[in-house]
This record gives sequence, C-alpha cells and structure tokens, in this order.
Amino acid sequence: MSIRMKSSIGLAVCMCMGVAIAAEPGSETVSVKAMADALHMVMDSDRTVYTKKIVNRLVKKDKVIKASEHFEDDQALALPAQMFRFGAEMVAERSADNPEVNFSYSLQSLWPVNKQNAPQTDAEKEGLKFIAEHKGKNFYTTEKLGKQEYFTAIYPDIGVAPVCVSCHNAHPDSPKTDFKLGDVMGGVVIRIPVES
Amino acid sequence: MADGRLQQTLWIVWLLATVGLAAWLGNTMLSEKADKGVFMPGPLTPGHHQLQLACEACHSEPLGGGEVLQEACINCHGATRKKPFDSHPVSKFRDPRNADRLENIDALHCVTCHTEHRPEIARHNGVTQPRDLCAHCHGDIAAERPSHRGMAFTTCAAGGCHNFHDNRSLYTKFLIKHLDESALLDTAVIPQREFAQLLDQLEDYPAGQYPVQVLALQDADADRGVAAGQQVHVDWAATAHAQSGVNCSACHQPQAPDGTQPAWSEHPDEQVCSRCHHLEAERFTRGKHGMRLAAGLPALQVSDARLPMRADAGHQTLGCNSCHGAHRYDVRRAATEACTACHNDPHTLAYEGSPHADLWRQELSGDLPAGSGVSCATCHMPRIEFDVTDWLTRVMVDHNQSANLSPNSKMIRSVCLQCHGLEFSIDALADRQLVDNNFSGSPALHVSTMDLAAAEKERRDSEAGEDGDTSMFGF
Repeated sequence: MSIRMKSSIGLAVCMCMGVAIAAEPGSETVSVKAMADALHMVMDSDRTVYTKKIVNRLVKKDKVIKASEHFEDDQALALPAQMFRFGAEMVAERSADNPEVNFSYSLQSLWPVNKQNAPQTDAEKEGLKFIAEHKGKNFYTTEKLGKQEYFTAIYPDIGVAPVCVSCHNAHPDSPKTDFKLGDVMGGVVIRIPVES
Repeated sequence: MADGRLQQTLWIVWLLATVGLAAWLGNTMLSEKADKGVFMPGPLTPGHHQLQLACEACHSEPLGGGEVLQEACINCHGATRKKPFDSHPVSKFRDPRNADRLENIDALHCVTCHTEHRPEIARHNGVTQPRDLCAHCHGDIAAERPSHRGMAFTTCAAGGCHNFHDNRSLYTKFLIKHLDESALLDTAVIPQREFAQLLDQLEDYPAGQYPVQVLALQDADADRGVAAGQQVHVDWAATAHAQSGVNCSACHQPQAPDGTQPAWSEHPDEQVCSRCHHLEAERFTRGKHGMRLAAGLPALQVSDARLPMRADAGHQTLGCNSCHGAHRYDVRRAATEACTACHNDPHTLAYEGSPHADLWRQELSGDLPAGSGVSCATCHMPRIEFDVTDWLTRVMVDHNQSANLSPNSKMIRSVCLQCHGLEFSIDALADRQLVDNNFSGSPALHVSTMDLAAAEKERRDSEAGEDGDTSMFGF
C-alpha cells in the first residue's frame, strides 16, 4: 500500500526522518505506514518534551505555575493533551488549504475525560482496545469513512510523567482513576487518505 | 390547416416569450445596476436586512453555488468563527472520524443552520437557527451528565449555558468558582483602555509621520482661513489627538506613506480614522452600525433601522463622526448621548432613570473614580482584551456593538462580571422585563444554572480521591 507523495512534503519528511522512510535514493514515494510512523514520532517527541521539560518541571518540580484545561482563565499552562490538540486543529485548518498534504490526527481514549474523545469508528474501537491489551504494539488498518478510504494508524499513548497520571486520576470527569506511570492511557489516531 | 397554423403561431409566441424572459432574467442577473428583487426568495432576516437588494454582498458571483455563499459568510464572520472563540470550528467536522455526523448534519456550511431569507423562523435575536441543533450530536448527554436528564433540547442555550460557536462562557469549574457571589462585587470597576500606552508597539501606527508629542492651540496647522482660536481648534486642543501629535493636517490632509500630501479634505471619512484606529474601524464594520460599509454600500441611515428609533434622527447616517463628533472626539458623549440621540426603545428610554446611569453621572462629576460608571458603551461596546496581532494584546473598546448582543448571555463574562456576581448576572439577563427597564430592580426569575453547579460541587467534594495534589491542576 502506498500513496504518491508530493515532493514538498516528501522532501520535508525525508529531511526529518532521513533514510528511515525514504524507499530509495531519489524516490518520491514512501510507504503510507512509514509516513504515519514518522508523523507520530514527531508528534510524540514534541509532546513528551512539552510534558517533561515544561509542564512537569514547572508544575510538579519547581511548583511555580499550574497547568489547567482552562489555562486562559486560570493564567496557567495549557495541558499537554491540549497542546497536542491545538496542533491537530491547526493541521486540520492548514491541510484544508493544501489538500496535497492531507492527513489528520487526534488523541483518544477508552477512558476519556471529554466523552467526545471516546472511540467513535469501528477501527478506533478495535485499535484502542488492541493497544491497551498489547503493550508496546501499534495498530494499523484501513477504513472507509464517508466516501473516503483511509489508512488508519493507532499508537499507544503512555503516561510518561507523573502529572499525566495524577491529573487524569483526579479529574472529576475521568472514568478511570487508577492509572499508573507507564500505563497506556489512550491512543494517537493518524489518518491518511488512500485510494481504494 | 388552420389548426396547424395556430399551433405554429403559438409555438413561435412561446419561443419568443421564453427567449425574451430568459434574456430579461439573464440581463437582470448579470447587470450591475439592475434591481434584482425578482430573484429574492424572501425578505432578509433582521440580521442582514441592511443588505436587502445588495445581493452581491453574499451572492458575489451570479451563478455561484454554496461555496460562494460560504465565502461570503466567512468574509464578514470569519474572525469570530475561529478558535478560541468557536468551540465547533469547521476543522473539527473535517476530521474523518466525524464523517457520520456530517452525513447527519452538514456542519461545514453556515447555511445548514442559518437560513437568511426566512425571517419568519428567526429567533427573537434575529438569527435563524434550528432549535434542535445540539441534539443531533449530543442527544445522549444525560448519560454523560445525569444532571441534564429530562432537559428539553430547546433549553440548551437557556440562561447562557451553551452556544454553538462560543461555548466557553459557563463551564462547570467556572460556575463553581463563582458560586455564592453577592449581586454586587466589591471591585466594581471596568478596565482602562490601552491605546495610548501601546502606541510604540503598534507596528502599523504611523508614528514616523506623526510623532507622539503634545500639541497646543497655536500649533494647529490648518491654513484654510480658519483662524487659530476658533471653536474647532479649541475643541481639538483638548483632545487626545492634540496630546498625541495628531494635528489638523493628519486627518484633513493625511500623508501617503511616500510622504506626498493630498489636497485638503473638508470632511475626512472613516478611511482616515482607520489609518490609526483600524482595529476599531474594522470592528465597527462588523456590527449593525457599520456593516453596510463593509459591503461597499452607503452608510446606514437611521430611518432604515428596524429597531425603534427617534423620528428626528431618521436622516442621520452612521460613521465614526456620528458618535464621536468631528474635532471634539468626546468619548463620553459617544458612550451615552450618541446612543440615546437615535435609539428609542424601552431599554434605552429607561437608562436615564437606572442605577447604571446614576453611577455614570457620578463618574462624570468626579464623585466616583474612572471606570465606576456604567454608560451604554460599558455594556454594548465593552473594553475587552483584543489580540492586535498573534503576539500583542491590548484593552480596546469593541466597536462591534452587536458582538455580545445575541444571545445577551454573551455579556456575562465580558461585561456583567466586572461588577456583578455570576448568579445575579444570569438571572438578570434572562429577565426580559428587567432588561426593558434597564436593570432598575432585581431579577424576578431564577435560572437553575448555579443550582446545578452547586450540586456538582457537592458531588466532586464527596468523591474527591486520595490523590492529595490536585490543587496544581485547574479542574
């Protein structure tokens, strides 16, 4: 399964990912799975850096500021999950203006604080269950949503820092209150449209 | 044979009539000057009635379809239809996982909910909006929030609880934080404007052409036979303009960026004001007062308004100077008298006798500090933190006086809470009689929003886990 990568994004991703996803030197084609894996690596690294070096350090270690889902009202840091979502929303807006770079991603969970982030499609339901039960493994599938076929990749989202776990456990709207450090707390779902 | 000839003649007549009608309709549609009323599927809603017969304002291409309409909506309403203001941005529905919801309700297009040629289905605020729109996706809310069990889908927006496009106002933690507040807060003052203080940070302010400096009466550079010391000069010398280096020529003969100076203009228009106050001017054209200017039409004439207006103001047109007045630029007059000079509804007429007006008079007389009084503008053109750029925010008077009107619960955060408790604010805005008498008295009805919040707080307190360090999170 592959999609033809347009040179701009192909080049950009190749520059970030080096040989990992470039099929052959000079090739403009990468596998859609490698593309999704590369995107996830960037997303996951950025959020981990934000969680560890900003939120956990300032909130938990230095205790100089709060992190809050109502960060504007509370003059606090945005939560790592929100930072991730804002990025996803910006990508959604930008890719609407540039259909050649067309992918979407979201953060979901079997135990969502916001019920709108519970799995919705069959692939999401199956994938989130799979990654929760098979620690360390990703889930890949294709699905048809509306009239479009998608390659859908679901990656485990791990509670990497104490603030991830303690915040979710204490949140009044969290359906699960016994997360432990290192647990799969949810999943990142990346979708790339493919031709049927 | 006779029948055949008759039939032939009828065919020719039909053909000519059809061609003629098509030609006339085609010409009417494509001609810039033709009256296009024949194509109107119905009169416009109160929200857009000022654009009646200015079809091109929305139907910018005569043969364009939904995409043209969508672009027209976004052209005027786009800025407020984005995060953080819009809790249902289009990007949310472009997400493939919401494809099934999209099949149910096409949330990508404004016209799905807003039908602009059906004024008979407009809500009292002038906006057409299906009453069941929330239920399409949130029909199972009672399962998630047992407190919402039994609530009719027509009540989602009641009391300011939920707005599709701006759903931030009354979230649970916010409600809980504001439980048990008194009707009138101890710190009842509104924020001060920040334009003058931030001039040096406003990149597009033409400080190079008009250096910030204090000018006196004798500095006035008008040379059109207007003797220094005349009333207009005296008026000008007392303004913030004179205090900031904005001389007569800055408005009457505004320099082009290349330094060339045009001929003296007796009556500078909004374009000149917007050279320095472009955000204010831009917001003005987003509201009912200035929307015709945004559509390239002549300014609104008061007699064309649908709200009750004073007959003696019917000839007035709406521009910067109609409220601010040339030369004197009295923001105090603009904050009340300019409004009451035209508006003639019960709420406006009751203002003079209201507690708010009493505070305003005390501020004007110096008996109360600045920011203590409540003018018309305090509520309808509130001072809000406005993003000048992605990186700079300033407190600015929002010149789009329509922005917080519909529904009026939009005023709660930006206006009421500056001085009043949340419960009082919700109840007061829901009491239409109290709105009509301009808040002379106490709310006669009670919205249960805060009761729900109190119950939720009790639930949270009783279920608080052993995790002792929740104080660092802002739930």
